[in-house]
Amino acid sequence: MRHFTMSSAARRPSRLFRNFSAKIASVPMILTALVVFVGGTLWTVLYSFTNSRLLPRLNFVGLDQYERLWATPRWLVSIENLAIYGILSLIFSLVIGFVLAALLDQKIRFEDTLRTIFLYPFALSFVVTGVVWQWLLNPDFGVQAVVRSLGWESFAFDPLYNSSIVIYGVLIAALWQGTGFVMCLMLAGLRGIDEDIWKAARVDGIPAWRTYLFIVLPMMRPVLVTTLVIIAAGIVKVYDLVVAQTSGGPGIASEVPAKYVYDYMFFAQNLGQGFAASTMMLLSVAIVIVPWAYLEFGRRR
Amino acid sequence: MATPQTLEQFQQKCAAVLRPGLRKNKELERFRVSVKNGNALAADGPRGPKPRHAFSKRNIFIYGTLFVVAVYYLLPLYVMVVTSLKGMPEIRLGNIFSPPMEITFEPWVKAWATACTGLNCDGLSRGFWNSVRITVPSVILSIAIASVNGYALANWRFKGSELFFTILIVGAFIPYQVMLYPIVIILREIGLYGSLSGLVVVHSIFGMPILTLLFRNYFASLPEELFKAARVDGAGFWSIYLRIMVPMSVPIFVVAVILQITGIWNDFLFGVVYTRPDTYPMTVQLNNIVNSVQGVKEYNVNMAATLLTGLVPLIVYFISGKLFVRGIAAGAVKG
Amino acid sequence: MRRILTAAVLAAGTALGFAGPAFATDLEVTHWWTSGGEAAAVAELAKAFDATGNKWVDGAIAGSGGTARPIMISRITGGDPMGATQFNHGRQAEELVQAGLMRDLTDIATKGKWTDVVRPKGLLDSCTIDGKIYCVPVNIHSWQWLWLSNDAFAKAGVAVPKTWDEYVAAAPALEKAGIVPLAVGGQPWQSAGAFDVLLLAVGGTDAFLKVYKDKDGAFAGGSEIAKVFKAADDARKMSKGTNVQDWNQATNMVITGKAGGQIMGDWAQGEFQVAGKVAGKDYTCLPGLGMNSALATAGDAFYFPLLKDADKAKAQEVLAETLLDPKTQVAFNLKKGSLPVRGDVDLAAANDCMKKGLDILAKGDVIPWTDQLLSQDTQKQKEDLFSEFFAKPDLTVDEAQKRFAGIISSAD
Repeated sequence: MRHFTMSSAARRPSRLFRNFSAKIASVPMILTALVVFVGGTLWTVLYSFTNSRLLPRLNFVGLDQYERLWATPRWLVSIENLAIYGILSLIFSLVIGFVLAALLDQKIRFEDTLRTIFLYPFALSFVVTGVVWQWLLNPDFGVQAVVRSLGWESFAFDPLYNSSIVIYGVLIAALWQGTGFVMCLMLAGLRGIDEDIWKAARVDGIPAWRTYLFIVLPMMRPVLVTTLVIIAAGIVKVYDLVVAQTSGGPGIASEVPAKYVYDYMFFAQNLGQGFAASTMMLLSVAIVIVPWAYLEFGRRR
Repeated sequence: MATPQTLEQFQQKCAAVLRPGLRKNKELERFRVSVKNGNALAADGPRGPKPRHAFSKRNIFIYGTLFVVAVYYLLPLYVMVVTSLKGMPEIRLGNIFSPPMEITFEPWVKAWATACTGLNCDGLSRGFWNSVRITVPSVILSIAIASVNGYALANWRFKGSELFFTILIVGAFIPYQVMLYPIVIILREIGLYGSLSGLVVVHSIFGMPILTLLFRNYFASLPEELFKAARVDGAGFWSIYLRIMVPMSVPIFVVAVILQITGIWNDFLFGVVYTRPDTYPMTVQLNNIVNSVQGVKEYNVNMAATLLTGLVPLIVYFISGKLFVRGIAAGAVKG
Repeated sequence: MRRILTAAVLAAGTALGFAGPAFATDLEVTHWWTSGGEAAAVAELAKAFDATGNKWVDGAIAGSGGTARPIMISRITGGDPMGATQFNHGRQAEELVQAGLMRDLTDIATKGKWTDVVRPKGLLDSCTIDGKIYCVPVNIHSWQWLWLSNDAFAKAGVAVPKTWDEYVAAAPALEKAGIVPLAVGGQPWQSAGAFDVLLLAVGGTDAFLKVYKDKDGAFAGGSEIAKVFKAADDARKMSKGTNVQDWNQATNMVITGKAGGQIMGDWAQGEFQVAGKVAGKDYTCLPGLGMNSALATAGDAFYFPLLKDADKAKAQEVLAETLLDPKTQVAFNLKKGSLPVRGDVDLAAANDCMKKGLDILAKGDVIPWTDQLLSQDTQKQKEDLFSEFFAKPDLTVDEAQKRFAGIISSAD
């Protein structure tokens, strides 16, 4: 292989064989992109127009599955939850992550220890996170019971058993699990900033918070982009955490779209409905991500 | 106090300092130094403003905040450990935050060796080795593929390569549940369904987007001169990759290994769908133990099982936390 | 008792051993029986199968049918089938059969004269598609039981109720004593099941069949069903403060006297048994909530995927025979708290509650349950509705009934 490449590079052959090794090496990526992601998506979209039940069948019913989907209260609740959870977890994980990183970046002692403390929850799966927080937030023996036993009898903190705030209970657990990683990325970004910038800022008498906000943050654009991709991908996919922590309850109050997809595909044995829901998820992702991804990664440098 | 005007001036000054050419030279210089020191990315010293006196107001504020936040992060771990060491009667009576009155390791023994799911009463022990057998090849294969992808994307761009990459990134947003069915079909068609190799392939596919992104960014941040020099010397695709790129990319490989070990070890969905009971990974066993309620929920056993399952990624993080930040700095900062 | 059973199982094993293969074949069996009582019951099946010289490889998947079924189905459609798998009796495996992925058991059934021994007849009908038999029913479960904690009522100072209405009337007293009147776990199937039970008990057999069998949407939205929703509203109020997820945790609340009662299928019986409670003394059971004596029968059945391996196929036959063997039926169902599918077995060891069930069964007062009548899709929509209804006090009865009628109109 290598000899072939070298000699072919020397002879400057036709276009197809330019970078031939690179093309061969990219075959797994190309296959994944085309067969799994594009192929799988098209397949899903196609079958969302059918009335497939347990097994996929090409029996077309037009937009029936979509009409039913948008008339289903549970789907609407799922969308609303995802919006609340998504926006808040994006904001909070970025803000908390950045603030923690900035604090750790003050040439403090015990930096390694503190960083490990903030990061360790990321090593735990969402299933584990869900189980632990379900426990901490259980009104009968969790935080609420402990505070009450200290004498504050009327203290109420039972987000997992209160329909109107349950999604925030999920958010608390998600932030606990994920902010450490965001902090790491941010810290890495801060370490990439030239020390001369700080010196210069100090000479010019610019207060630290302004330096962070107007100079350092804009310079951290690449790391922010990577962070955003990772957080946002996690948000759309949120599933395990909800299943482990609340199973979508109480009632349907903490349902999320990915769970709707799974439940209808496999539990209700209605693939068509599940595929219609996945198509809607993919569509909304595509509307936001594709133009941005193309601008960010697709342009020729 | 700086007025907005001076702030603007300052930003311009910064831009001048960071003019592309200048930056490249500087980076290259730093890079050479760091390679000489056997430390591919030296940028791990704090960059923030210089600290003042030890007991200044500012320091009290910083340490105070960090301490409070650290308590919040540690609390769940503390509760897990404490609970796993208590007996059930004590759990029922007591406060979840109180330390155990009588330490018992029985829940740990039970979680590891005797907790039941259906008829199998051998706890998590069975799942541990399965998880190892799944994780090791998956980590190796996924990183091998993603690093080559990143290298090809950064240094050997060909027509359409950026398009495939964009598809991959969009693919990172597709919920796994959506892909479950098509993957079953694909695996069935290539005859890998139900085998461990099938699961390895699945992990490699779904690990690809984020890993490729990290590797691509890292390789793009390496000084192009190195690559060009090797090309002039007549080195080809694979020899540059193996002789120059891989040895210089230890930090990002470390990050990839950490991320993949965590991700694959913690995976539940693929593990349960694409394996069979005798090859179930530990997370599936954990779910089985936590959800097989036999009468009363044994919280101590559940917590012990939870900790045991999380132990491998936790140890990886505790040991390599520093390398992780350093490597992330290398893969995510430039782009 | 146990010794006799063991001897019987061994005897059955030797008898079948002649028919079975001379060497051991491993057969993987998947199921979702993981609670205390369920695991004890499945151990009986495994013991009986192992006694034939084969080996039961246990593939338990914890959670519930909802977690386990997707995995089972993926494996069958993905070309990596297990040796045998549990499904709820009814329509869950319909399409797998139609796709030709499941094994036709008609020959074995004819040999074993299943049509003569299995009762009620409806059970085998649910296994039959296009005249061929595809599954082995192993037990009869009925949903319509109210389990009451005698201790809880004693503590509240009221008599243990005999009907649903008395129970509702006793609820305030229970609440005053700090007891949750009705335990309803958070898993969606529990609230949906409780509603179906109320529909049959309060609405009556005709109303039940009109809604679920004829799928009469107009009727489901009408005044007769409004009565049922009123009862469901009572149940919703009584269940406030349950705060548990799993059905057996809810049962445990009844066992420990933290809750007054629970509407749950006869599988709850197994939990009382494991906890060492005695029917009649520690707890009371009311079939049909004391309102309607008709018993709807559902249950579990084993399906056998089509396998290429001849040895395994042979082992499948042995397992199918073993499952319906009279001794296995007795041993299994005693532990599971369900009723045997054979009318010709002696269930002397049955306790009070099981005997009540057996009497109803003998009278033939049985109707099919929702698993047989409705598709999984309709079942799931129903579950979504009722789990929301039970968790959300501001979802009005009228609104819920309107949505229910909508689901029934489009049901299949």
